[in-house]
Amino acid sequence: MYLLETVVNPVAATGLFQWAWLMIAIPLVVSGLLMVSGKIADAWGHLLATLAVIASFVIGLVLFLDLLGRTEADRAVRVSMWELFSTPTFTFRTDLLVDQLSILFVLLITGVGALIHVYSIGYMAHDERRRRFFAYLNLFIAAMLTLVLADNYLLLFFGWEGVGLASYLLIGFWQHRKSAAVAAKKAFVVNRVGDMGMAMAMFIMLTQLGTVNFAEVNERVSGMSSGMVTLLGLLILVGACGKSAQVPLQSWLLDAMEGPTPVSALIHAATMVTAGVYLVVRSHAVYAQTPTAALVVAIVGTVTLLFGAWIGTSKDDIKKVLAGSTMSQIGYMMLAAGLGPIGTAFAIFHLITHGFFKANMFLGAGSVMHGMDDDVDMRHYGALAKAMPITFATFAMGYLAIIGFPGTAGFFSKDHIIEAAFDKGLWFGLLALLGAGVTAYYMTRLMMMTFFSNKRWREGVHPHESPLVMTIPLMVLAVMSIIAGALMNNWIGGWLATSTGFHPHEMSLFKVTPIGWLTMAVVAVGVVIGWWLHKSDVSDTVPATRNPLVIAGRNDLYGDAFNEAVFMRPGQGLVSGLDSFDRTVVDGAVMGSAGVFGGLSTGLRRLQNGYARSYALTMVAGVLLVAVVLYLGRLA
Amino acid sequence: MLTLLETNLDWGALAPLIVVFVGACLGVVVEGVLRRSIRDEAQLIIAGLTLVLAFGFTVQLWRGREFGVEAGGSVSVDGPALFTWGALIIFTILALLLASERKLNQGQTDFVPMAASVPGSPLEARATALRLEHTEVYPLVLFATFGMMLFAASNDLITMFVALEIFSLPLYLLCGLARRRRLLSQEAALKYFLLGSLSSAFFLYGAALVYGYTGSFELNRVDAMIGSAGASSLLLAAGMGLVGVGLLFKVGVVPFHSWTPDVYMGSPTPITAFMAIATKMAAVAALMRVFYVGFGSMEWDWQPLFAVLAVLTMLVGSVIALTQSDIKRLFAYSAIAHAGFLLVAVAGAVTPTSSSAFGALTGSVGSIQFYLAAYGLATMGAFALVTMVRKAGGESTSLASWSGIGRRHPVFGALMVLFLLSFAGIPLTGGFIGKLLVFLAAWAGGYGWLVLVAVLMSLVAAFFYLRVIVVMFFREPNEHSEGVTVEKPSWMTWTVIVVAAVGTLVLGLWSGPLAELAIRASAFLGS
Repeated sequence: MYLLETVVNPVAATGLFQWAWLMIAIPLVVSGLLMVSGKIADAWGHLLATLAVIASFVIGLVLFLDLLGRTEADRAVRVSMWELFSTPTFTFRTDLLVDQLSILFVLLITGVGALIHVYSIGYMAHDERRRRFFAYLNLFIAAMLTLVLADNYLLLFFGWEGVGLASYLLIGFWQHRKSAAVAAKKAFVVNRVGDMGMAMAMFIMLTQLGTVNFAEVNERVSGMSSGMVTLLGLLILVGACGKSAQVPLQSWLLDAMEGPTPVSALIHAATMVTAGVYLVVRSHAVYAQTPTAALVVAIVGTVTLLFGAWIGTSKDDIKKVLAGSTMSQIGYMMLAAGLGPIGTAFAIFHLITHGFFKANMFLGAGSVMHGMDDDVDMRHYGALAKAMPITFATFAMGYLAIIGFPGTAGFFSKDHIIEAAFDKGLWFGLLALLGAGVTAYYMTRLMMMTFFSNKRWREGVHPHESPLVMTIPLMVLAVMSIIAGALMNNWIGGWLATSTGFHPHEMSLFKVTPIGWLTMAVVAVGVVIGWWLHKSDVSDTVPATRNPLVIAGRNDLYGDAFNEAVFMRPGQGLVSGLDSFDRTVVDGAVMGSAGVFGGLSTGLRRLQNGYARSYALTMVAGVLLVAVVLYLGRLA
Repeated sequence: MLTLLETNLDWGALAPLIVVFVGACLGVVVEGVLRRSIRDEAQLIIAGLTLVLAFGFTVQLWRGREFGVEAGGSVSVDGPALFTWGALIIFTILALLLASERKLNQGQTDFVPMAASVPGSPLEARATALRLEHTEVYPLVLFATFGMMLFAASNDLITMFVALEIFSLPLYLLCGLARRRRLLSQEAALKYFLLGSLSSAFFLYGAALVYGYTGSFELNRVDAMIGSAGASSLLLAAGMGLVGVGLLFKVGVVPFHSWTPDVYMGSPTPITAFMAIATKMAAVAALMRVFYVGFGSMEWDWQPLFAVLAVLTMLVGSVIALTQSDIKRLFAYSAIAHAGFLLVAVAGAVTPTSSSAFGALTGSVGSIQFYLAAYGLATMGAFALVTMVRKAGGESTSLASWSGIGRRHPVFGALMVLFLLSFAGIPLTGGFIGKLLVFLAAWAGGYGWLVLVAVLMSLVAAFFYLRVIVVMFFREPNEHSEGVTVEKPSWMTWTVIVVAAVGTLVLGLWSGPLAELAIRASAFLGS
């Protein structure tokens, strides 16, 4: 239990902050407009959508600068909106909370979002449903902003479901492909499991604390019994696992790569999948009261970071390698979030740098696919560095960032997490270190197979560089991948202090700790192995292997098999059992009573014989009935 | 001392009544004065203006909260009276729109060209050839509306009896005016008249007995006398029971329901729609007024009676509806079942609690008023749709002929489904909120067992509504449905359908305002 937890009560919004809701409203309105406007908007819909996100970004930036100028006590601002509904016991409002944590997310979502919108203008140029695509993207932006700007769990849940919907629509955007439709459905179903956890967590808050407001929950949570607070922490974690593709709810993320690549970059790398980390960090006061749940968070993170890295080593589909890598990196964040106050700031730090370099690499992969006729198999690539120089250069910067090359963004953020993990326990530290090595290996493998080694292009494929509208976002993101770490390293811990409850000591920029040296050594080993194995000829077909580790990796570590055995088959059994129960017992009862009523109906119908005289007689009988009932009533 | 002529009438408070009455009289004058060719338009305009004006006066009275017992203690202008007046006027407007629809029937209304002609006679043929019309329908409906408005607001039993006759006589006539299947229509009119007279006799006898015991017809004096002289007399109980029988007949409660199916089926459909909601509304309002105000202190006597009758009514209505093969007859039994659901709340007899926000209690009167508004909208819509299904010019009301009709006419099918779901009390429709409120009121009144029975009976009732949906969408067209089409009506029927559909949805999704209004307008004067 951490006694130093501080609870910040937000100040009321003044001036510009009263307009914070516009950040959500603009993309939402544009999204609705694009959905209903029909073909008229085909020509300019994508531009309007991009402008909407840029507008949100500008508002966010202005607010951020305003916050920078304030004292720490005033940096959390509650924007009062309206009352959703109230009962005698609870009141639900739709207020927004702009504070140090949410504003960082706003900038990440709208900043990266705007770049990806620009990129999509080029990427989706030939898609006849481009207007709809941009409508969905804007819907996603609005929902994601609702998620991070909410000042209570219920409004957060609105956004949570909104991004789930947008994700579902976008994964299945090419719905004519059966695999895309199935993947969308799978993401939807798996996310329901997580959502159930979220909903139950809210029920617990309401029954135990009588509120779902962040500030009030943080204030009152110390009064809860330890069992309840642990349960609460675990349920929040279930929600986070679903959204952030953490083990055991990870299986949907790899399939989600069926969506258009900008979607993978925006939703399934930079923003939505990190919502789970945001949720855990937001709930840091809960985890401060329950070391057990916090430990489970750290374990889930550690398992996932290895799990994702393993999958990354054995896939040939470039997007799936990146997807495995995303899982793995979110695992790092989750691990950091589970480490307590010391780690939460680092989780957010890594989340932001990851947002830059992973979006960069996904968009780079999209650029490669664009030049390779939408082929995603790396065994059909090779030696693309010359054909696509800009894509290669920007991708390389993302690569350096993710493996943690000294000075790049990933170096700072990941290194902090590994050090914090060693603080927590030797095993956490060692496994995180191992993960870093594996990351270096599979990313080097990806680089070698795609940009170097021998040409394995399929016939008729002529790789070419993508247009500027696609490469400019790549360049911006590449620059951010390099410098974001150094920019924020000394600042973010202090900035987030009140939001995460951690007051950091100075973090030096260039002083490298022994663990830092160790990390660099492990990463170097990974890079060398990756280079050595793929430096010359790479087979253009999948080599047969009997290595069980590789086979397991290629099969997503049997995530689907696990789901089928644990959830699907018992579920099917239950359903067929219920079905036969329904057929025999329930239907029997229903049909039986239907028969009874039918018979009764036919019998009673005879009384309605059409003769006015018998109707009158019925009335007289009715009068007698009234008399009898009144008389009996008197007796009783 | 009886004064035969009350000299100082408060004209303002009685304005809606007077306006409707004068409008009806004007209609009669028009029949005698104007040429036949322009009579129909003139009648429609007069009736429309009359009703709009009356509605305006009603709203004004409500906004000024000008409540009071008027006309020498015989008319009580209070919340329930004004709510019922407003609703009656709206439903009358909708019914008249249906009645003046001509496009569905080759430019003619659903009413007989010459009611006095013997069906099948040369006179009838000539009248048809001359395209004669009974434009008396408009004044008749207005007289009926006037009677119903007076009925719902009567503060003494004699005024109530007079009002009962005022609205019954035009209805007996209107029932017999169907253009097609005239024998059936005339039979219905005659049956309705005979049984109606019988029920009037019961009512009158009951009123006399009550007068005999209490010495007054005025409801609040009756109540005061019962308070001071005690309620144990058998004379009083008999009087109350017989007055109740007269009212329950008009509500259509089992075992006083037998007229309903024959009359609903035989009448011209616009008139069926009018009766289904307007008569029920006025009768339930009068029933509550008599029992809550006049016999309020005898609730131990009448609560169990209403509970027993509610069970019987719900059971008979829902069960017999299961095997009906004609859509109008099915709606008749559905109307009986709905009378039972209403009676559930009447038996509950609770007043609204102070924190009467939504979810809290609306009280019996408020919830019944809401229920009737929702039920009335769905009824209007459903009967409007019934008039559109035609075969060889006439309405095709046998259920078998509706096979697959929803698939061939999806808009028609969807609208019918909406109204049926509202009848069945499925969420997102006004019918659901109405049922919920009514059941809550009975529950709060200590009639939990009755609510349980009512919920079970709603299930049975839902079944026969769903059966119509199944026939419309999942049955293959058969020999009965050959030549059956859904005709395109004029703007009048469309207006009714759109108002009903939008109203049904609005009451289901955003029921707060009307529920609020129904609660505020739920206090009887003198209770």
